[in-house]
Amino acid sequence: MSKHDLLIIGAGLAGLRAAVEGVRQGLNVAVITKVHPVRSHSNAAQGGINAALTDRGDDWRDHAFSTIKGSDYLADQDAVEVMCREAGDAIIELENMGVIFSRDDEGKLGTRAFGGQKKARTYFVGAITGSALLHVLYEQSVKYNLHIYEEWFVTKLIKEDGRIAGAIAFDIKTGQMEMISAKAVVLATGGAGRVFEPSTNALICTGDGLSLAMQAGVPLMDTEMIQYHPTTLAGNGILLSEAARGDGAYLINSEGERFMEKYAPEYMELASRDVVSRAEQTEIDEGRGVDGCVFLDLRHLGKKFIEDRLGYLQEVALEFRGIDLSEKPIPIKPGMHYIMGGIKTDLNGATNVPGLYAAGECANVSVHGANRLGANSLLDTIVFGRRSAIESVEYIKSVKDVEIDPKELSREKSRIQSILDRPKGMRSAELRDKMGSTMTKGIGVWRDTESIKYAIEGMKSIRGQLPNVYVENKGKVFNTDLTSYLELEFMVDVAESICQGANARFESRGAHFRTDVTTRNDKDWLKHTIVEYNGEELNTSSEDVTITDWEPTERVY
Amino acid sequence: MEALIKVKRYNPEESEETYFQDYSINVAEDSTILDSLIKIREEQDGTLSLRCSCRASICGSCSMRVNGSAKLVCKTRVKEISPDGEFITIEPMGNFKVIKDLVTEMDSFWSKMKSVDPYVKTSFEPEAEHIASNESMTHLLGVMNCIMCGACVSECTAMEVDPTFTGPAALAKAYRFVADPRDEEANSRLGKLNENTGVWDCTRCLACVEVCPKDVAPMERIVKMRDLAIEEGYTNTSGYRHTESFNDSIKKHGRLDETRLALESTGLLNISGLIDLAKIGIKSLMRGKLPPILPHRPKDMKKVTSIAERLDNQGKEEE
Repeated sequence: MSKHDLLIIGAGLAGLRAAVEGVRQGLNVAVITKVHPVRSHSNAAQGGINAALTDRGDDWRDHAFSTIKGSDYLADQDAVEVMCREAGDAIIELENMGVIFSRDDEGKLGTRAFGGQKKARTYFVGAITGSALLHVLYEQSVKYNLHIYEEWFVTKLIKEDGRIAGAIAFDIKTGQMEMISAKAVVLATGGAGRVFEPSTNALICTGDGLSLAMQAGVPLMDTEMIQYHPTTLAGNGILLSEAARGDGAYLINSEGERFMEKYAPEYMELASRDVVSRAEQTEIDEGRGVDGCVFLDLRHLGKKFIEDRLGYLQEVALEFRGIDLSEKPIPIKPGMHYIMGGIKTDLNGATNVPGLYAAGECANVSVHGANRLGANSLLDTIVFGRRSAIESVEYIKSVKDVEIDPKELSREKSRIQSILDRPKGMRSAELRDKMGSTMTKGIGVWRDTESIKYAIEGMKSIRGQLPNVYVENKGKVFNTDLTSYLELEFMVDVAESICQGANARFESRGAHFRTDVTTRNDKDWLKHTIVEYNGEELNTSSEDVTITDWEPTERVY
Repeated sequence: MEALIKVKRYNPEESEETYFQDYSINVAEDSTILDSLIKIREEQDGTLSLRCSCRASICGSCSMRVNGSAKLVCKTRVKEISPDGEFITIEPMGNFKVIKDLVTEMDSFWSKMKSVDPYVKTSFEPEAEHIASNESMTHLLGVMNCIMCGACVSECTAMEVDPTFTGPAALAKAYRFVADPRDEEANSRLGKLNENTGVWDCTRCLACVEVCPKDVAPMERIVKMRDLAIEEGYTNTSGYRHTESFNDSIKKHGRLDETRLALESTGLLNISGLIDLAKIGIKSLMRGKLPPILPHRPKDMKKVTSIAERLDNQGKEEE
């Protein structure tokens, strides 16, 4: 059994940032990840990272207000304050680590505009900001000689005496299963996009951390808040960054009309994502789309500008659609992109289980509320990844090693073996596809009581069929058939909690838009939904939103 | 549309032997090879192992050989490789050990990456950002585009002969720091890269440039680092001597003086190197392959001289 002070699960931006901090704080840190760190999905963030740099006249309070308005007043305002206040230092530190941020004429960091904000405060690296940040944090992990369990799959969190004690995981390359003991654990496992089909998310985004936390008795919060991104490719759901619109691209319908004028006359294409996605869906529903899509038009930006600042978008458009963005508008539609909800934590990433923290997309601190602003997700990972590691230091010093019952490992080994021993039945992909279409249909851009009920019933049936799924590959070496099944188990947990959150919130707020109750109801629902697993079933409850300086008002763009 | 795919299989738990397995799978017209492989895995054969994640050519997981040359299969369409429904052969990347099927052991790749100290080294801790030109950052973007997929290493001909070669991916990464205006260790980096297994071991075959799915052009970065190393005064290498001897020989004789090239590249003071060279010389002589001691002169030496002069001037102008 290996022993560490701090075990971080996930090696995307939140995980690596936490790990670097842990090493700097003198902890014995290990990172465990099911893919090599640079394969993590933080890679896919394209547009940039927000920060109000005060030395150039920006005000973090303005960034905070945009974030809170964007969240449709569901974000906890104390958390938003923390994030926006720390953003400036976070960006400068990333630059100092080596990120090749774009510059202005004076050689200082340059910005681009992004959605939901009047001021351009998005710092960026071409259209590969996430990748550029992730690779630099990987560089830092090499510099600090970080211990990384690469391509290890975590199946369970271990608790002893009510506090966290470590995790059980197996090496995907050998199948060897081990107990990894740790005084504290940070979950940084990213999103759960694959619960839906299609999704912009990578195939690895299967909500592992949300399920692991839930099974360990940690509540999930605001899980119904699913972001549909306004510009994704039909079919495979691949993302085209908001950076295009930030840099001036238009959205047009089949009549060539810039339709956002009708929905958000002031912000136009740069209204909040939920607003733009609903506008697009309305255009499509009312017959002003083509094959279920509207268009993103970059032609007026010119080829050189597109290639210099939006190179990756051009690559995606050419490779996947054969479209040169400087010549033709590209068909796009709203697509599932991000989960605002997640593992409930305090301002320092701490959960209700002593020693267990969460950061990044899997966590809900909550800074995004009912709708996340573009370029706030990278910021979230960096700020709260760091904070969770710092927070763990005192805790780790205060606790003694804990003895883990060795039976934990043998029980988990036999659970996995029993899955491998199942008789021939259904393939996991079949059930996963069923889940994906059920969730997309039930918990879409629009939802109502009936659609949510459809999703709940559908998930109940899918849960019931899980034991019929069999794993064809019985081998130990790189058995992706097995990991796919285990991921499906995680996803079913997450999907059910999403349905419960959606069912509980009887109003429309941000990304949760019910066609049967189309207005926001601050009197009853200025509240977080909480979904908790008590060992037998999911319980839902609610909790007040923290308001500091910004009283909820009508949200107009 | 039916895609016919031949996959090189390997399962160490069953046998040390590799074999090819044929699959036929129904996919949509615009499907990528990755879509097809995933479909095979999910519908026909759960034992097939491969790495994949983002599906959008940014995570670098799914590099493998398609009809003999490395590609990211997520951005390679079936139609493009097999317009008339021909069989497509999929194999794991070359120059890597195989773990199972299409999954390669990447440890050597990462350890080479680590060997170039892949992080910005600066003693200066500014209170704000470093001031740098946008051009310098945009230039680095060309290398930062690298997603570490390993395609260049898979096809590297130098690595095939000498697995200790640092290789195109790690050297392109090294360039990112050599050319970063914020890094203070460019000189010592170049010194290290100039040693054996470094920049001079590239044979300039262009394979890495050709297969890179992100236009990182590793070989061009390697060549640039040779120039920079020479500028910094790192001239005590066989690579540098080779370049100089080549240049002199053409200017003087209009042709390559291969005997002199070999001697000068080795270094006239490098006794053990010369002894090794002598052994090769003797073998070549026995097989009648020894180049002439004195090179032939071309008929029109004036033309050669004028071309050489023009190239020299062009080089100066570029500087």
